Amino acid sequence: MNAPSKTRNGISRRGFLAAASAGSLVLMAKVTDGQDVVVVGATKANLESFDPDLFVSIAPDGVVSILAHRSEMGTGIRTSLPRIVADELEADWARVEIVQAIGDKRLGDQNTDGSNSIRFFFDRMRIAGATARTMLERAAAQQWDVAADQCHGDNHRVVHSGSDRAIGYGELVSIAKTLDVPAADELKLKPASKFRYIGKDAPITDMDAILTGKAIYGIDARMENQLYAVIARPPVVGAAVKSYDAADAMEIPGVVDVVEIPKFDGAPLFQPLGGIAVCAQSTWAAWQGRDAIDIEWEEGPNANYDTDQFAKTLAESANRPGKAVRNHGDVGKVIAESDNVHRADYTVPHLSHAPMETPCAVADVKTEGDKVVSCVVTAATQNPQAVQQAVGPAMGMKPEDVIVNVTLLGSGFGRKSKPDYCVEAAMLSRKLGRPVHVTWTREDDIHNDYFHTMSHLHLEAAVDEKGKPTAWLARAAYPTIGSTFNPSAKEPAGFEVEMGLTDCPYQIPNLRVEVGQAVAHTRIGWLRSVAHIQQNFAVGSFADELAHRADRDPYEYLLELLGEDRHLDLEAAGLSNRGASATDYPYDIGRLKAVTRRVAERADWQRGKDLPKGRGLGIACCRAFLGYTAHVIEVDISKDGKLRIPKVWVSLDAGLIVSPDRVRAQVEGAAVMATTQARYGKITFKNGRAQQSNYDDYPMVTMSDAPREIIVDLVDSQAAPAGVGETTVPSFAPALCNAIFAATGKRIRDLPLRDHDLSWS
Amino acid sequence: MTSINVNGKVHDLGDVPDDTPLLWVLRDQLGLTGTKYGCGIAECGICTVHLDGVAVQSCITQLSEVGDSKVTTIEGLSEDGSHPVQKAWKEHGVPQCGYCQVGQMMMAAAMLESNHDPSDDDIDSEMWNICRCGTYPRIRAAIKTAAKEMQTR
Ligand code: FES
Ligand code: FES
Repeated sequence: MNAPSKTRNGISRRGFLAAASAGSLVLMAKVTDGQDVVVVGATKANLESFDPDLFVSIAPDGVVSILAHRSEMGTGIRTSLPRIVADELEADWARVEIVQAIGDKRLGDQNTDGSNSIRFFFDRMRIAGATARTMLERAAAQQWDVAADQCHGDNHRVVHSGSDRAIGYGELVSIAKTLDVPAADELKLKPASKFRYIGKDAPITDMDAILTGKAIYGIDARMENQLYAVIARPPVVGAAVKSYDAADAMEIPGVVDVVEIPKFDGAPLFQPLGGIAVCAQSTWAAWQGRDAIDIEWEEGPNANYDTDQFAKTLAESANRPGKAVRNHGDVGKVIAESDNVHRADYTVPHLSHAPMETPCAVADVKTEGDKVVSCVVTAATQNPQAVQQAVGPAMGMKPEDVIVNVTLLGSGFGRKSKPDYCVEAAMLSRKLGRPVHVTWTREDDIHNDYFHTMSHLHLEAAVDEKGKPTAWLARAAYPTIGSTFNPSAKEPAGFEVEMGLTDCPYQIPNLRVEVGQAVAHTRIGWLRSVAHIQQNFAVGSFADELAHRADRDPYEYLLELLGEDRHLDLEAAGLSNRGASATDYPYDIGRLKAVTRRVAERADWQRGKDLPKGRGLGIACCRAFLGYTAHVIEVDISKDGKLRIPKVWVSLDAGLIVSPDRVRAQVEGAAVMATTQARYGKITFKNGRAQQSNYDDYPMVTMSDAPREIIVDLVDSQAAPAGVGETTVPSFAPALCNAIFAATGKRIRDLPLRDHDLSWS
Repeated sequence: MTSINVNGKVHDLGDVPDDTPLLWVLRDQLGLTGTKYGCGIAECGICTVHLDGVAVQSCITQLSEVGDSKVTTIEGLSEDGSHPVQKAWKEHGVPQCGYCQVGQMMMAAAMLESNHDPSDDDIDSEMWNICRCGTYPRIRAAIKTAAKEMQTR
């Protein structure tokens, strides 16, 4: 393989190691079985033979470099993880440099998705920092000829407790790098009371670059001599090019070449959709060229996809007995024998991620004859290892030989963990023999997303004389994300129903969850908070319906539904708990009730009763991504049905929090995104084609229709860190619709809101 | 040959067709990638630049419409990130992914030039930019902070 080229916004594998090794202390820790961290070696001759995981290097001038191996898409993770390292290292944050990692499986999981980054890496980052500090302390002990336990890292120096001696980290590098790396059990981690960065705020590391326009996103990535490509993709998923005429496109000034990209075979996976690419000297020329191509398509079986029809199919599927995926007690019998059964159906349409920055990537593929000898991709990606795995086979290379540089992401929400656009760039570069940058237009993005699924939920409950459910049935029908990987997957998967249905927190003696069949006719993907979107909407609304049916206060009723403080028996319920242990991450109903109480208190829930018609409060809670959250939302609806959301209160217990201000920002942003989805989110299909194409027909809330004030309450906790980014999306929509009911008496069971007349008299 | 004045510098653009949107001229011809693309149809505000001090959407502004007007982009808003909006944005920790924020700041800066004390209603109607990360409450707060500084200038 040729030496990888260094790109403007990334750093090649060899480049970083070589630079770091020159006279520096470099620590590398290895992940065994994806779990424990074992530090395997300090700088020695052959760095390539090590498996670097958590990567710290200290240069003789004292600059500490910390590798950020997760993607920055707005959560602040590129700052938060390095700050954990710096904290244990006792480094001066001002002298820390953050280096974005390339895709490399030796770094452990890089899929910045599923609200996992802090949960997966909190301990490992601490160990990396503590390891480096311990070595520096030992180096100082050696230099001063004193006991190591009298030497302590302190603000980028080691100080001696028996005297007033102190020595800078940089000066200790030459000794430290000759020392053995301490074993994990030789490390002393700080007590939480001594944290100096964890739990404290700092501006994100990219702040100044963002504010001055210097920050580089995927759309800004440039390689020397690159062409710009815009692609005409099939109007229907699975369609193939029958014939095309590129004569007009080639006439457009700046257009260099027109290239066909083959349609994918089998499951969509992360393969390109196929189509005709126009490569040009500028994005605009490529775009105009693309629009000038005349293409005839072989449309294939998905050309009949029509969401109006499909809604009926889903409703039927959700209204007949399905496959039980959770069952205790005898729901069928209790409901059959009850004379008080409440039933409701809820629907949520397809949604598109519509990340602010469309999918974009640039690739440079070098060939010798037919053989690809090197491939460098620079992209806005949530998962550079998925890029390697998708691009590698397409180039006939081993995935690990594909160099993937990660830019900043202009948001992602799950779209950018699916690297079809990176494969497109690589295919085009290979064909043209020079770097090619692919930009998706907004229309491309909305037409060709990995859509959030379209769903129908059917709920039933038998209630006793006090209005409390004795039996609860939830039945879900929606195309599964699994269909993107295996076309024969036809019903919601376990991980999907565990987002709000099988993990139901309510204490009900008879509980059953069923799934119905639903065939996918487009690419289904995961969007921030995934199946929680439809499932918590249904479950959170249904609880409110039951409360009103029983003429009870929805908040008090909700607390009663949650029942006793207890830990759910995960095993008995067949829950995977996102792979987390029940010891570190129990499903703790007490914590869920606590956030529910907190949010009600902060919102002064009781005053809801006294609000005039048109105004109302709604409440909902959930556990999602291992965190606990509850919302109270206040709505103000004019007589003619205009909805305003003056205030939102959110309480969140996500365990220990590293960057409180970033967590607040995530919670605020989740409320805004959930508002967009609830108010406007709807993608429809006719003749297999997505009917929406841009922000005019797939609108987003803006300043004027977003919640005016979002009041975030974070629980101060030392519990194991849980997810944040997605956690506070799910309970928003039900709380909002419950508030609308309180204000107007109108029950919304079918999103989005803009399909409903909210006027009242 | 077409030329344009961007951030005080005149650039010759050679044979760039004069119906090319200013956005792509800035980004691809001049390498000023601070100005972003979001929708191309004046729906998101992300590509906002100043034309003689007025906020315009560069995605729908053709090169021929620019003429002799002075274009200001984020790269020219201040030399060192010291414009009151930039400072206020930092103080309030506005950016999440940051992608929309250049457009947000350019829009806010133009508004504040003509309106030193924007009300909430003014902010609602003038700041129609999309932020997919949902930073609106902080943008509102930052605008008020920046307005205070601009009042004392
Ligand atoms: S890109 Fe110009 S307004 Fe959206
Ligand atoms: S900060 Fe991400 S789109 Fe606004």
